[in-house]
Amino acid sequence: MQLIPPLLTRPLNAVPLVVIERICRLMFRRIGTAHPGLFERLGEHRTKRFAFLPTDVPLSFVVEPASETISVSRKTSDVTADAVTEAPLFMLLALMEGRCDADALFFSRDLSVTGDMEAMLAMRNALDASNIDLSKDLARLAGPFAPMAGRVIGEIRNRALRGEAASWN
Amino acid sequence: MELICPAGTPAAFHEAVDAGADAVYCGFRDETNARNFPGLNFSREELKEAIAYAKTKGCETFVALNTFMRAGAEEIWYRGAADAIACGADALILADFGLMAHVAEKYPDQRLHVSVQASASNPDAINFLVDTFNAKRVVLPRTLTIADIARIGKSIRCEMEVFVFGGLCVMAEGRCSLSSYATGKSPNMNGVCSPASHVHYRKHGRDLVSELGEFTINRFPEGEAAGYPTLCKGRFDIADAKGYAFEDPVSLDVMGELEALKAAGVSALKIEGRQRGKAYVAEVVKVMKAAVNSPPERRGALLARLHSMSEGQKTTSGAYEKRWR
Amino acid sequence: MTETKCPSLTLGPVYYLWDAAKWRDFHFRMADEAPVDRVLIGETVCSKRQHFIEPHLAEVVERLEEAGKEVVFSTLSLVTLARESKQVREMAEASDHMLEANDLSALAVLKHKPHTISPLINVYNAPTARLLANRGAKTICLPPELPFSSVKEIVAHCPEIDFEVFAFGRMPLAISARCAHARSKGRIKDNCQFVCGEEPDGLPVKTLDRQSFLTLNGVQTVSHACQSLLGELDDLVAAGIHSFRLSPQDCDMVEVAKLYRAVLDGEMGADEAIADLQKIYPAAPLSNGFHHAREGAAWVARARNLQAS
Repeated sequence: MQLIPPLLTRPLNAVPLVVIERICRLMFRRIGTAHPGLFERLGEHRTKRFAFLPTDVPLSFVVEPASETISVSRKTSDVTADAVTEAPLFMLLALMEGRCDADALFFSRDLSVTGDMEAMLAMRNALDASNIDLSKDLARLAGPFAPMAGRVIGEIRNRALRGEAASWN
Repeated sequence: MELICPAGTPAAFHEAVDAGADAVYCGFRDETNARNFPGLNFSREELKEAIAYAKTKGCETFVALNTFMRAGAEEIWYRGAADAIACGADALILADFGLMAHVAEKYPDQRLHVSVQASASNPDAINFLVDTFNAKRVVLPRTLTIADIARIGKSIRCEMEVFVFGGLCVMAEGRCSLSSYATGKSPNMNGVCSPASHVHYRKHGRDLVSELGEFTINRFPEGEAAGYPTLCKGRFDIADAKGYAFEDPVSLDVMGELEALKAAGVSALKIEGRQRGKAYVAEVVKVMKAAVNSPPERRGALLARLHSMSEGQKTTSGAYEKRWR
Repeated sequence: MTETKCPSLTLGPVYYLWDAAKWRDFHFRMADEAPVDRVLIGETVCSKRQHFIEPHLAEVVERLEEAGKEVVFSTLSLVTLARESKQVREMAEASDHMLEANDLSALAVLKHKPHTISPLINVYNAPTARLLANRGAKTICLPPELPFSSVKEIVAHCPEIDFEVFAFGRMPLAISARCAHARSKGRIKDNCQFVCGEEPDGLPVKTLDRQSFLTLNGVQTVSHACQSLLGELDDLVAAGIHSFRLSPQDCDMVEVAKLYRAVLDGEMGADEAIADLQKIYPAAPLSNGFHHAREGAAWVARARNLQAS
C-alpha cells in the first residue's frame, strides 16, 4: 500500500516542531468546537493520555481529552501514554473520520494497539460516533498557518480515501 | 426477508437506515445489553432521536435488553424496558425470563423478541416462550443447521430471525462462562465477552501475542491476519498439538444460503456487529441489501466485497453446515 | 437464617463419558459409602452417549434407593435434534422419578410437574427463580458464575424455594454444537467414535505458554480449576442455601463427600478440609473466584480468623 510520499514528509521534517504543534492545536481546537460532545463518550477514560503514532511520519501525537490538549514530538523521544495506536497516517485520519473500520484494519494487521485497550476502544467509539469531517471542519480555519494546514490535510485526505477504497476491494 | 442491522452509535444507526435496513437493533449505554463496550451505545435522548429518524424512513428499531438481570438491581432493566418503549421501540429483544415476564405483564401490547442469548434451540423451548411471554419472534442460536431451522419452523408459533453475517459464537449463546472464568466479566452478567479491560497485546519478537487476563489467547506471526482475543477463537495446546481448539478467528457468512433460509421459513436476516464502526455498518448493510434483492447467481460477486471486513479475513458457514460440528 | 434444616449434599450427574462398568461401580460405591442425600443420574452432555449407561440404569437406581438416596434423572443440556426433543418429552411423560431440567425444552414439558433446575439454566435473579418455582421447580441449583452477593439476594427473596450451589468440581463453562474434543483427535461430531471416552476426567487445554486453562469433555467445556466452596459453606448456609452439589470428577468422590459433610457438620475445619481435598483431587488447582465476584479461575484464600486468639 502506498504510504505518505516523501514529498509530504520532507517538508514536515524541515518544519520546526513548535510550528507543527501549533498547527495541530489549531486543528484540534477547531474540531473540538465543531463537535462539542466529542469526548463525552469516553466516560472514565477522559483523563487518560492517548498516543497516535503514524508509522510513516517521524512524529508522535498525544491527546489528553480531559484538558483538551494535543502535543506533538519527534519519534526519537519516548512517548508516555496510557494507550498507543500505530498505523499509517492516512489510516489514523480515516479512523478519526470513521471512514474505515478499525477492527478490519486490526484484522489485516495494518493497525496495532498497545496499552489500555479499554481506553483506546472508548476513544475509537467516541471518534466513530462523532461525524468528524476534516475538510468541512477545517475549512474555516484561520490564521497564518491555515493555508499550510489545509494543503497538508487535503493531500493526506485524498490519499486516505484512495487507500480506503484499496483496502476494501 | 427483512434485514436486521446493528448500530452501536447514532452515527452507525443513521448509516444503517440510509443503507436500507428494514430494522436496526441497538442498546442503552449500560449493562442491560450484550454489547456493553466502552464508548458504545445510546443514551435515552440518542435513542429517541434515532427511532424518530428511523420512522421517517419506514425503518423499525429493536432495542436489545439481552443480559440477565443482576439480582437486586432488576430496576435497571425494568427502567430500560420502560424507557425503550417510551422512546418508541418497535420490539424489545430479551433473554432473561424474569424480564420477559415483567414486560409481558406490564406492557402486553409491546412486541417481544427472544434474544439469541435465551438459548431457545428447539420447538418446545420456543413455544414455551411464545406461550408464557407472548414472544413474537425468536432469534435462533448459531448451533442449528439449516435443516434444523426448517424443521423448527414447521412447529413453532412465532417468526424466526437468524444470524447471517458477522461475529460467530462457537458456544451456545447465553450459556457460556468462558469469559468470566478468565476475567470475571461475562456476556450474561456484564454484557461483555473477553472484555477490552482485560486484553493485552504484547510484541514477542516479530509475533503479536494477545492475552486475556492471565491467559495467553493467541500468537500471530508477522503478516498473518489477526482476530479478537476471544477465548473460543484462541490458539491452544491440546496434547502437545497447537492450534485452534474451538474455532479459527473467522466470522459467519451464510449469505450463500439465502434461498435455503427462505425456504426454511426464516423471516429476518440478522447482521452481527454493534461494536463495529459506522463504515463497516454502512458497507455491510449496503452490500447485503443489494444481495437480498439480487438473483442468487449474482450474490457471490457482491458479497466477495465483504471478505476483508471479516475477522481473520476468513468466513465460515458455521453450524448451518452440518460438517462444521 | 429462616430455617435450621440440615444442609444436604447432592451428587451431580457424571458429565464425562465413563465406560459402563466404571459408571455403574461408581454409583454402587456412592450408594453404599457416600454421605450424599440426592443423586443425579443420566447423560447430560451429549445425546450420542446415551446408550452407554442404559443397560445399568435400573440396577443403579435400585441400589441408590435402597441406600436411602433420592434419585433424580438429569436431562440433556443442548437440545437441537428432533430425537433429542422427543427424548426429553418422553422422559417427562413416563418417568416416575423427579427430573432435572438442563434446557428450556425440559422447562416446557415439565410444567406443573415437580422438578429441579440445573446450574445450566440461567437463573440470575429472584423474579426468574420465582417464575420457575411457579411452574413446578422444587430445587434450583444456581449457575456457578453467580457471585455470593447475587446468591444471597435471590435466596432472601424466594424463601419458598430450596436453593443449591455448585460446591465441588470442574465448572461447566460452555457447550457447543461443535465437538472440540472429537476435532482435537481429527474427527467430527458425526463420526466421533466416542473418543471423549478416552479421557475420563476430560482433555486438558493449555495456552501456548503452557498454562493450564480449560478442559474438553465432548461438546462441553469445563474449567481446568476445580471449584471448591469448602471455605464458604458457613456463609452459604447462613444465607439460606439448603444443599450443595458435588460434581463427579475422576477421583475418590466418597472421600470428597465425607469432607464436605464433615465441614457442614462442624466436625472439621475448612482449612484442614481444603488441604485434604487438594490431596484427594490433585489433578487440578482449587478455585472459588466466581463466589467472590472475581474471575472463576481465581482462588481467594480465606481470611485469617481474627477471633482465634
